[in-house]
Amino acid sequence: MQNRIKKVDREALALIAKGSTVLGAGGGGDPYVGRLMVQQILGDAGSVDVVQIEDLPHDALVLPIAMMGAPQVMQEKFPSGKEIPKLIEMMERLLERKVEAILCIEAGGLNSTIPFIAAAQMGIPIVDADAMGRAFPELQMVTLTLGGIGATPMAMVDDKGNGATFDTISNQWTEKLARALTIEMGGSAMVSLYPILAGPSRPYLIEGTLSTALDMGRILDEHKSGAAQALAETYNGRVLFTGRVRDVERRSDAGFTKGKLVLEGQLAFNGKGMDLSFQNEFLAGWVDGELVATTPDLITLLDANTGGPVTTDMVKYGLSVHVLGLPCDPIWRSDEAISMVGPRYFGIDADYQPLLALSN
Amino acid sequence: MIRIGVDVGGTNTDAVIMNGGEFVAGSKRLTTPDIISGVRNALSATMEEASGKVSDIGALMVGTTHFVNALVRRRDLAPTGVIRICLPSGASIPPFSDWPNDLIEGLDGRYRLIHGGYEMDGREIAALNRDELLQAVTDLRAEGITEIALSSVFSTVRSDMEQQAFDIIAETFPDQSVTKSTDIGRLGLLERENAAIINGALRPLAAEVVDSFLALAKELDLQCPLYFTKNDGTLISADQVNRLPVLTFACGPTNSMRGAAFLSGIKNGLVADVGGTTMDVGEVQNGFPRPAGTAVSVADVQTNFSMPDVISIGLGGGSIINRDAATVGPDSVGHRLLEEGVVFGGSVLTASDIAVAAGRTQMGDYSPGELPELDRLIGALDQKAGDAIARSRTSGEAMKVIAVGGGAVLLPDQLDGLDVIRPPHYDLANAIGAAIAQVSGEDSRVIALADGMTREEAIQSVVKAAEAAAVSNGADPDTLQLLSQSDVPLAYLPGSNLAISVTVVGELNMKGA
Repeated sequence: MQNRIKKVDREALALIAKGSTVLGAGGGGDPYVGRLMVQQILGDAGSVDVVQIEDLPHDALVLPIAMMGAPQVMQEKFPSGKEIPKLIEMMERLLERKVEAILCIEAGGLNSTIPFIAAAQMGIPIVDADAMGRAFPELQMVTLTLGGIGATPMAMVDDKGNGATFDTISNQWTEKLARALTIEMGGSAMVSLYPILAGPSRPYLIEGTLSTALDMGRILDEHKSGAAQALAETYNGRVLFTGRVRDVERRSDAGFTKGKLVLEGQLAFNGKGMDLSFQNEFLAGWVDGELVATTPDLITLLDANTGGPVTTDMVKYGLSVHVLGLPCDPIWRSDEAISMVGPRYFGIDADYQPLLALSN
Repeated sequence: MIRIGVDVGGTNTDAVIMNGGEFVAGSKRLTTPDIISGVRNALSATMEEASGKVSDIGALMVGTTHFVNALVRRRDLAPTGVIRICLPSGASIPPFSDWPNDLIEGLDGRYRLIHGGYEMDGREIAALNRDELLQAVTDLRAEGITEIALSSVFSTVRSDMEQQAFDIIAETFPDQSVTKSTDIGRLGLLERENAAIINGALRPLAAEVVDSFLALAKELDLQCPLYFTKNDGTLISADQVNRLPVLTFACGPTNSMRGAAFLSGIKNGLVADVGGTTMDVGEVQNGFPRPAGTAVSVADVQTNFSMPDVISIGLGGGSIINRDAATVGPDSVGHRLLEEGVVFGGSVLTASDIAVAAGRTQMGDYSPGELPELDRLIGALDQKAGDAIARSRTSGEAMKVIAVGGGAVLLPDQLDGLDVIRPPHYDLANAIGAAIAQVSGEDSRVIALADGMTREEAIQSVVKAAEAAAVSNGADPDTLQLLSQSDVPLAYLPGSNLAISVTVVGELNMKGA
């Protein structure tokens, strides 16, 4: 049984931010800005309490908190710091109960650190779980959807103090309306969505994610260039390839970064080639034309020299990388889940097969 | 046209005299703690070597690591305050976030946030409040601040509010030294703000540095204008260095790349500058270094002013060899190579020693000794160098690797499948790069396409303005060439508007000098 964390201080947060980039499967955005915001609130000695979902009362209100908008804006215009108390107040008014804990919706990248701001500011714990176990590009791609849980009631607050709430007929409408308002607000906003009760939602959450991210951050620090192998061994994954990036193709499409990478094999993979396809996150990989991994399993790149994670935004020609494949949480393997996040949804002409099945 | 180029590096100070494109004389001396003595030594030696061969010296160009060193050593930095124009946004990450504590202390770390800034599409976040701004300046001055850095949200999209704030401060506090973030950095508020803060902190030092070079020039009877080299390889006058010293931060790697391109005649290729401790690899495109795309950490602070894209690895002439692990560096004997290297009679096995053993070069009076594992050690050196070369490439295109710097002799004939060449005077490439530096002129403005004006005509008008700026900076109008150009349509203004930016370069105008 995994060692679950109880408290997150400044140092632990840095490790979680690092490890969450591995879970980001190539996407998720840059956790740096989120980490600085939490540090600002925690100071040098503060910490956030972490709670397991099973330790909360059955009908405790748990609120996911995330940031929505263009990464460019998040680098220039920082939140006022007053958004989250207003967000929480609006949600508590809508739901007519008090929030007991904060949840991370997406464990990969920027949104792995944002929920900690809420926990620190409100003085309430954060749940050691999330609703993806990785990063995915689209709002509806959460495990809660599989439990029939809707994204609304939802609230959104901007830096000026404007607040809006949503009560929509479908998650597609949530995405459209929320996106339009975010743009009008200047391109970024704090949101709370998919409000849940601890007990009934438990079967649909991925537990232990924050602890996993922390452990992964530690492994990255300790093993450096050997981290890919260490992560594969610890999490039942595989180093799919080691090679040098010889081609990067990237284009902007409907707000996503889509493209592909071509790698030239090195070391144990000398003489072989690998192709990778991505839409913010990595979707699938082929070695010498044979499929070796697909979404929803995680494909992550690690710099072969430094061991640091490399996102699809950062990867460039000439970089030497390890391609790490990690199994997704089993909740993503049902037929319903595969129709939502499997390769065919993203336009890849292949059927999902679990990572280890493909390696045999 | 006779020019002197000086490069002050971490270990050595080089000085060269060029007659047009021809090398006349050059020397290398150790960099001294006070900097100026080393420059005096190198300049005197070079001028002596050239005496009788040259008469009127037209210009003195200097590239120096003074400013980077001051930052790294946390010395000679002025108390700098920040005014960030951002409210109601911004308070969640204040200025100086993520700075090393010792550096914040050295700068006092004071700031004020005021209303204003722009959204990404150019709309105002809030209007600039004159009283609020002036109160912030008054407060910071009362707290002992001598330099102010101005930053504002999306000032890269619209710089008018930052300019307006600058003008208001100048009107009320004419003696207040202010750095505008738009003059220095690009997208990324924190990094741009950091670059502006560093600039402010270096201004007093810049004044001292310029004065000491002017005094030295007078002492050596050099009656010519003094220039410094910028990060992009072009020249700025002493006045401009006083205002924007950070623009000279990265001139070391830039000068060596420009020198390498010039000496080899290759305008598009990779450059490997091998020194005593490190090897810097970059790419020249059309004779100028490829700029870095993202944030660059300088002395542990994240910044994003325009710098060359350089990969630096711990491989140099003095790199210490670990025979058991078969590793080369990163530890190095540095400038003590001449005492400690085995071929010089010392006892530390260095990269220079194994290069001699492998027959790549000759140096020293002693044998490197028996090295049965020489192949493994040389292999480790080549692997390390080859990896840096590969990581610096942006495509599979075949190009040459131009090796410069004193340690250039260590490298094999091929790295990552590319030919390695060493041009003449490769060990003085930095100073040569400074000596051949050109003059640039920039202009950025928003043009409304009204009355039938076309995009091409709008761009041409900005090109003309950039050319005029270059000439007023000292460029020869007959030699002007376009260096870079960009135009972006602005959605936030009614009608059709283009934000156009142009940089031109030309040779330093020596006529009538």
